[in-house]
Order: sequence, then C-alpha cells, then structure tokens
Amino acid sequence: MTTAIEIAGVHKHYGALHALKGIDLSIQRGEFFGLLGPNGAGKSTLINIIAGLTRANEGRVAVLGHDVVDDYRNARRCLGVVPQELVYDAFFTVREVLRIQSGYFGLGKENDVWIDKLMDALKLTDKADTNMRALSGGMKRRVLIAQALVHKPDVVVLDEPTAGVDVELRKLLWTFIRELHHEGHTIVLTTHYLEEAETLCDRIAILNHGKTVALDTKQGLLNSEICRKILLSVTTVQPVTIMPPEIKDKVRALQENYIEIEIHKDSDSIANVLDSLRKAGIEIADLQTTRADLEDVFMDITYRNP
Amino acid sequence: MNSRGFYTLFYKESLRFYKVALQTIVAPVITTLLYFLVFSHVLEKHMTVYDNVSYTSFLIPGLVMMTVIQNAFANSSSSLIQSKVSGNIVFMLLAPLSYLEVYLAFVSASILRGLLVGTGVYIITILFVTLPIYNLAILILFAILGSAVMGTLGMVAGIWAEKFDQLAGFQNFVILPLSFLSGVFYSIHSLPDFWQKLSHFNPFFYMIDGFRYGFFGISDVNPVISITVTVLSLLLLSATTIYLLKRGYKLRN
Repeated sequence: MTTAIEIAGVHKHYGALHALKGIDLSIQRGEFFGLLGPNGAGKSTLINIIAGLTRANEGRVAVLGHDVVDDYRNARRCLGVVPQELVYDAFFTVREVLRIQSGYFGLGKENDVWIDKLMDALKLTDKADTNMRALSGGMKRRVLIAQALVHKPDVVVLDEPTAGVDVELRKLLWTFIRELHHEGHTIVLTTHYLEEAETLCDRIAILNHGKTVALDTKQGLLNSEICRKILLSVTTVQPVTIMPPEIKDKVRALQENYIEIEIHKDSDSIANVLDSLRKAGIEIADLQTTRADLEDVFMDITYRNP
Repeated sequence: MNSRGFYTLFYKESLRFYKVALQTIVAPVITTLLYFLVFSHVLEKHMTVYDNVSYTSFLIPGLVMMTVIQNAFANSSSSLIQSKVSGNIVFMLLAPLSYLEVYLAFVSASILRGLLVGTGVYIITILFVTLPIYNLAILILFAILGSAVMGTLGMVAGIWAEKFDQLAGFQNFVILPLSFLSGVFYSIHSLPDFWQKLSHFNPFFYMIDGFRYGFFGISDVNPVISITVTVLSLLLLSATTIYLLKRGYKLRN
C-alpha cells in the first residue's frame, strides 16, 4: 500500500487562533478514511490545506507523493474535493459546469462520455441542461460530487457530503461513495453523522481543538474501554427496594420499577446478572441492552481531550 | 502549460458575459450612444479641437475607448468578486491552473468584452459621421493594450475587494473620474495649465490619446509616449496581479 495523503507537522494560524497544532497523518492508498471532530476542530482547515485552498503556516502535505504547494499541478490532478458549502455558478447549466471543470483539468470532448456516466450515476441526466440556480439543494450537492470526480481523481475528499440531505439522497450517496471505494479510489470523509463514519470508514482520526486526539481503525475504536461496557435496562413487575449485593456496585440507576445496570463485557455476564435478580425475587417485565457505538467513543474521547 | 485549462477558463469567462449580453454588451453601447447624441448635439457648433476635425468626429474615438476600458475593467472585477462572494471560486482554485494561466484567461476575456462593446459603439456612431482611419494597426494596438491594462486592474480590484460596495467604490472613485478626466470630451490643450499638467499623470489619457491618433494622425502627446506609458502600466499591473495570485492574497485563505 502506498501513501495517498501524507500530512506532516501541519500548523495553521488565523491571527491569534491556532487552528491546527501540528497534525501528522498518513492515509494509505485505497483506504476509506474518516476525519471526525466537533465544529471548529480543524477538519475543514485541514481539508482546505490538502486541496490547496488554504496554506499551512508550517508543515508539509503531499497527495500521492506530490507536494500540494511545490508540485500543485500534479497534486490537484490526483485529488477531487467536494466542498462543504453548497456553492455553484449561477450562470451555467449542469453540463456546462461539468465540461468547464473537466476543461480546467486539461480534458476536452473525449471526457464527455465520463461526464454522461457521472450524471447517470448521480441521477442528474434529466437536469443536464438545467441552470444550476433552478436545482434543489440535493441536486446541487450531487453536481458538487460530479465536479469533484470529473477528472477521475485517485483520491477523493468529501467534506460533509451528506449534510442537510434527505434520507433517500444520503443512501444514494453512500452507495455511490462505496462504489468509488470498491473501484480503488482512496476516500477521505468528514462527517458529523457518526453512524455514517461507522458504516463506511475503515480507519478514523478524531480531531479536537486542532489536534489529533484519536487515530485507529474503526474496530480499534469500537474495542476501546467505553465499548467494552454494556448497559442493561431492566423493567420489573414490582417496585424494587433491595438489590442483590453481588450486583449492587454495578447499578447506575434505580427508580421503582426500573433499574440500569452497567456490566463489563470481559468480566461480567448478562446471564449471571439476571440470575442474581431472579434469586433476589425480582420479576423481570422487560429487558433491553445498549452497547456503546462510535458516537459514545467520540463523545468520550472529545470529552477527555477538551 | 495547461493550455486547455487556460482556454477553458477564458471560454468560461467569455460565456459568462455572453449569457448576460443585454447587460454586458448592449447596455454599455446604448449608454455611450446617449453620451454621443447629447454631447455631439450640444457642442458640435461650439467646439473645435483639431483643425479639419469636427467635434463629433473627435468625440467618437474617445467614447469608444472609454467604453472599451470601462467594460474590460468591469468584466474581470465583477467576475472575481461574484465568484468570491458566492464561493464558487473554489472550482478554479482546485484546478491545476498556474497563476499565469489564470491571469491570461481573465485578461483575454476582458479584452474580448472591451473590444466587442467598443466595436458596437464604433459601428453605430459611424452611421452618423464619417470617421477617417489614419493607422489601423495603432488603433487596434491601443484598443488591445488599453483593455488589457483595465482587465488587469479589474483583477487587482476583484482580488482586493471583499464586498460589492468596495468594488463599486473603486469603480466610482477611481475608474469613472480617471476615464472622464482623460480627454474623452476635450483636448487637454483646452485645459488651464495646472489641469493640463495633472492630466499627464492619468494613464487613461495616454490610452485615449493614442487611440485617437490611430484615427486622425493627430494627438495631444507623441504616440510613442502613449504606447510607452500604456505598456509600462500593463507590465506593472500584470506583475502585481501575478504576485497577488501567487501569494493567494484574499483567495486562498
């Protein structure tokens, strides 16, 4: 595996604000990489530096070995970026926009077949000759994705591509992005939907206050301490007054007919807990288990790294 | 060189003004024709600028050149500010285009618009008066150089401005006074000494005077001086624009 994006010691200042505080990341070719973080964490700044839209004050970024400043032409040819903002040029139709973007990358009419394919895949064909102004937000988002892919880049960066889109379009975009990944494209995704990152990404970096606070595979993050805990929510038939001593210290909430018990995946067993409750004469009416997901990991990590 | 990239950006900038031709080509032609009708009607019998040249004939080259330079400026500056404000400038910034290619594409489209509007004014005005052409090459040279200077100045203004009103301020307080006080409606020899001297610091004066020389073979200053000043202005502004593009000033941050 070769490196798709190499980020080394990147710092960015906006006046007094130190937006990126020495970011080091190496994203491998063919990876589906998630870049997560709360608002203002520095995700978009980092993406803008990769795309050459902003310049780092310190450090170096290379796309497929091409420095984004010194060898910007080759770096940009390897990179497709879907911006976060819903920007468009109101003078042109969808087809014109795509042809113009294709031309910027040195491609002419020979690329029209690919443009048609892209419009077809993103369900834009019937809007090909419609002015950008007349499109819905979701359609404009699809055009942004098509613009980023018009030159068939190896590395695709999507900055919150599903922000504000409806469920149907989100599913279409997920399928489309997955296909791109299967075709061999390296995907870098930033998102606020942690379910999206959990579903799609192989490896995830979490940024907070301009620093990388976690970098691991999705499974690695899901195996973290917080994910080894299971929350057992028990509704009882009669109000509970006394808890069995062996599980007393695991109880997180107790309200008449409702008990919340936190158990550890490695050292406890649900069967033993239920057995103890039964032996204490507690009759169970309903039972629910909750396992931590990426959202809990994210909250835990960002909380611990304020 | 990404020649197709350059051509595409030039094509896009040209298509942009073509799509709103009523506003970008027809309207300035009509505005200039109104100047022509009013000034030629009022002053034809009262003013003689050059011997054997009627005031109306004298007026036409000045009006054509004023339209050329104002529209060349408007093209690059309005495109840049609109792209910056709406955010769609990212599409150009993400592309593998060099600073020189971006500069050349914007300026070429500005020249094209300037020449189209200028030609429109020329064609309609010569229906009213016979206009000699002393030297076609000089005439074309000044039209191209003048629109290139103003297209480049438009880029500087478009890069610098962050809001539409800043650009409007630049247009109203710099471009408009300099173009009106450049000898469009009069010869600077008719001005008092102080204003005559001051006019020599106005680069627009040299563009218009040189352009007028192409029609009549007569000018307020030697056309070689006019070419030199115009070329130097172009070089200075081009260097400034390429430096700003290379630095990413107000574009890549």
